[in-house]
Amino acid sequence: MSTIENTTLARMAGLTSNGATMSSLRVREKVVAMTEAAEAAALAPNDPGELSHSLRAALACRAARLNGDATLADYYGAKISDPADQALADPDNPGTGDRLRTLLDFSDKVTASPREATEADIAALTSAGVSEPDIVRLCELIAFLAYQYRVIAGLALMEKTA
Amino acid sequence: MSEVLHKFTKTVPDWRPRVSPVRLNEATKEQLEALQVTPSNTKVSDYVLVLAHDVETLKIRSPLFNAIMYDRGGLSRAEREVGAVAASIINRCVYCAAVHASRHIQLEKSEELMDVIFASGEFSRLDPRNQAIFDFAMRLAKSPSDATEADMNRLRDTGMSDEEIIDLILSSSLFGWANRLMHVLGDPIRRSPRHAKANDT
Repeated sequence: MSTIENTTLARMAGLTSNGATMSSLRVREKVVAMTEAAEAAALAPNDPGELSHSLRAALACRAARLNGDATLADYYGAKISDPADQALADPDNPGTGDRLRTLLDFSDKVTASPREATEADIAALTSAGVSEPDIVRLCELIAFLAYQYRVIAGLALMEKTA
Repeated sequence: MSEVLHKFTKTVPDWRPRVSPVRLNEATKEQLEALQVTPSNTKVSDYVLVLAHDVETLKIRSPLFNAIMYDRGGLSRAEREVGAVAASIINRCVYCAAVHASRHIQLEKSEELMDVIFASGEFSRLDPRNQAIFDFAMRLAKSPSDATEADMNRLRDTGMSDEEIIDLILSSSLFGWANRLMHVLGDPIRRSPRHAKANDT
């Protein structure tokens, strides 16, 4: 298991190792470690279905950019291993082909305005050929990321105001 | 028979999946383990059976959820529920808002705070500490960059410790996750009252 200093949460929030925020975060060391494990499960699962690790990294980079988090975008951007996925990390790129376009539309909507998601969005994924297990995998990925960059943003605010 | 709910309610609704739940008799060994199905425990909610499609994430999500909402120390359990409800209101997750409002009511043995929140939503006027908690949790839920140093200072001004603030960040953020599953993968519905049963969110 990684030490708390090396976790994505602590690094991306820019916590100094002997600062007040880091020392309080140690109380929740278990939560930080499980968040790290959840990142591995959502970004690089053993069974990725039809959503490759590289595509997941591109979606994560895209979501971080939509949220204006350049540091996290770089972190995930560096994990895009298939050059064909690189362009998808740009939120202005709608993608090509029905499946990919629907997948990107869904990811952007669930990232930025989940309250607007409806049954039609799920139906669109199904019509575009995304399997039900992959719909759940995609949703978990986007949902986990929404959690992760909010924790990072909150910790960064604590560090700035400490 | 059943109707989809679009308005917030303190009465916990039922939940109807938009994706087929995993069938227990077709589940893999790994799925059964993650679902903690044993011969004496075969009751699993549709919500968890839907999430079982991504068993690797589910396995970690459940203990992580419990640690953030229930582990000892730090922010009171009731105040963590305020963080959960605030995020659920922003994300319009009718189901999560109802479940976590009812947990708050149980913990506080009072409906007062939730009555105000359910009547006024984002514009609720609360006592200073609950106001700071509610506003911060809503802003973080809306967009991570919406929460500002001023919001953070307001939390500190109410006397919250760093440990408590971390727990609030975690509970609001956790519902950034939970709402995106519950609200996106299914609908809150009202069946006859005796069928109502709470899922873990």
